[in-house]
Amino acid sequence: MKRVSLAVILAAAAALSVQAASAQTLKTVKDRGQLSCGVSQGLPGFSAPDDKGNWTGIDVDVCRAIAAVVLDDPTKIKFVPLSAKDRFTALQSGEIDVLSRNTTWTVSRDTSLGANFTGVTYYDGQGFMVKKSLKVNSALELNSASVCVQTGTTTEQNLADFFKGNNMKYEVIAFGSIDEAVKAYESGRCDVFTDDASGLYASRLKLANPADHIVLPEIISKEPLGPMVRHGDDQWFDIVKWTLFAMINAEELGITQKNVDTMLKSDKPEMKRVLGTDGNLGEQLGLTKDWVVRIVKAVGNYGETFERNVGTGSPLGIARGVNNLWNKGGIQYAPPIR
Amino acid sequence: MSIAPRKPPLQFALRLKRALGGKAGWNGLAAQIAFAAILAWIAYEIVANARANLETQHIASGFGFLNYNAGFDVNQSLIAYNNSDTYWRVFFVGLLNTILVSVIGIVFATVIGFIVALCRLSPNLLLSRIGGIYVEIIRNLPVLFQILFWYLAVLAALPAPRQSISIFNTFFLNNRGLVVPQPVTEPGLYPFIAALAVGIALALGLRRYARRALFQRGQMIRIWPYVLGCLVGLPLVSMLMFGGPLKFELPQLKGFNFAGGARIIPEFVALTVALSTYTGAFIAEIVRAGVMSVHKGQMEAGSSLGLSRAATLRLIVVPQAMRVIVPPLTSQYLNLTKNSSLAVAIGYPDLVSVFAGTAVSQTGQAIEIIAMTMGVYLLLSLTTSALMSVYGWRINRSMAA
Repeated sequence: MKRVSLAVILAAAAALSVQAASAQTLKTVKDRGQLSCGVSQGLPGFSAPDDKGNWTGIDVDVCRAIAAVVLDDPTKIKFVPLSAKDRFTALQSGEIDVLSRNTTWTVSRDTSLGANFTGVTYYDGQGFMVKKSLKVNSALELNSASVCVQTGTTTEQNLADFFKGNNMKYEVIAFGSIDEAVKAYESGRCDVFTDDASGLYASRLKLANPADHIVLPEIISKEPLGPMVRHGDDQWFDIVKWTLFAMINAEELGITQKNVDTMLKSDKPEMKRVLGTDGNLGEQLGLTKDWVVRIVKAVGNYGETFERNVGTGSPLGIARGVNNLWNKGGIQYAPPIR
Repeated sequence: MSIAPRKPPLQFALRLKRALGGKAGWNGLAAQIAFAAILAWIAYEIVANARANLETQHIASGFGFLNYNAGFDVNQSLIAYNNSDTYWRVFFVGLLNTILVSVIGIVFATVIGFIVALCRLSPNLLLSRIGGIYVEIIRNLPVLFQILFWYLAVLAALPAPRQSISIFNTFFLNNRGLVVPQPVTEPGLYPFIAALAVGIALALGLRRYARRALFQRGQMIRIWPYVLGCLVGLPLVSMLMFGGPLKFELPQLKGFNFAGGARIIPEFVALTVALSTYTGAFIAEIVRAGVMSVHKGQMEAGSSLGLSRAATLRLIVVPQAMRVIVPPLTSQYLNLTKNSSLAVAIGYPDLVSVFAGTAVSQTGQAIEIIAMTMGVYLLLSLTTSALMSVYGWRINRSMAA
């Protein structure tokens, strides 16, 4: 009943919240002295608590960067773990200021939910994981398989489209949380577990024998994952959007957590503009001049965040691939800070 | 008390005043109207405020989404469903799954409850101890744990489809569920049903005749050979003339799973078993209390009339116990129905899982969907409660007669 009552409370809150979305989020967060950030219930690499209870992950770092520019302290965050189906209601009701929870950007979500996507933190696509012992090499060999999936996701709909489009039969077993779905897959209830490819790698780490399972090569969908904010507060929308852009721009300019202090002395006009030693771009956003410096000091640039959380240096070991910068063979591209 | 002549014209107004205003008369009525008006105003404010807020936040509202395509699949459906059907259809699929698990759960819970209660009441020490231990263990553990236990324990013990446990090569048990032959209708079905209906009608007529003979003339007539003839013989004749009513399609292993045949999914089994054993423990205590509430003298009276122990229980004790049993039994039935919403934990596609879960997050229209779901549970509960009231009323009436 816990899930139901949470949904009920959030629905009631959404209905009764008095103008929660008016252009006050920045002020609210500053007055509260804490950013309320919606994250997943535990997806390693994206948002998961470590053994000391500290939240880490690429989605968490986006929240830390926002807290750094707004409150000058990347630790002043209240993380709200949300299931896939509760996440939008929590954002609509004002329970959280930003939803940074591996959420796929789609047109229906961008329009009918009363919320906006602010950018793409991770370009993902949906894949399938199976046991090696099944000797399956392609997703097209999955006819009549049983598939475990997390409910309330784009994954569930892509799955239906994929099997229908390829004239294959399947059985879907949809679970409330990712952990329940993985547990059922491990116990043999399903032949296949499907999720965003990054999520498959993360979930595989939780299995008893990760080496017994393979991720099939097919990627059946586009899953651009990004943060979301409520409609109706353009200033807050800009802040969240440009926080991510600043991380990507910092990587492009070679500003890292280590060299940011030396970069501050740089004479290059672009560097001075970005780091706020020249001009007042940060203040135009409603922040401070040194906003980019705060971001990089808190979490590093986009590339550093990626490597630390999901990259080849992390347990997930995911290659940069399409998430590399546009001038390095990927598609991560941020508008210029000017 | 002075004796004043009645004033007939006032009577209707007086009764209205009593009914509406209670002892306070017209003042009470005014207070009630004012209270109702305040409630209506609050309700209006809530709805209006929600609408205004949703509009300013550009959140979609209204029930138009129910006609859109759902785009996701459900693994158990009593009605035809595929991923290009509408959210309306999803709603009914979920609703029927909830009703299915509730009805079957209620039947099993009642049977378990009565059996365990009889065990506890039995003079046999071992039986009564077993009944007592069952009740104390089952009702003191949270039902969600029990659902997960049945689901994970059952799954862990069962083999993969390719190593299924085969029962006469007809039934297959594996961790995808129990695969049974699928009945396929044949042309002989309608004559078969007609013959069966005629047989039942004849048997009921015979019973009526025999009872009348017993009550009015004290005659015992042996009717069971004729009843058997009606119920079995007539359908058999129809099968000989028109062919069998159903053909059974045998399941066959193809690829990952069995093709052909029908399948009972383990989620359904786990949920039904957990809910019925859990609720059964409570029902056992209710039944025990009901039976114990009947005075010992009734049992002795039955014996003195020469009735056997079983007949005394069936004809004298249980009917009186039912008066005490029915009201709390109703609330157990309601609990079972509401607890079925825990299905989401094990992936059984009930109303809460597919409609208040998946549909909410696909459409984002939490207010409409949650309101609909709450309405449905209310309706289910009120229906159950009404049926049980009618049953209770019939028992009371037969007691009074």
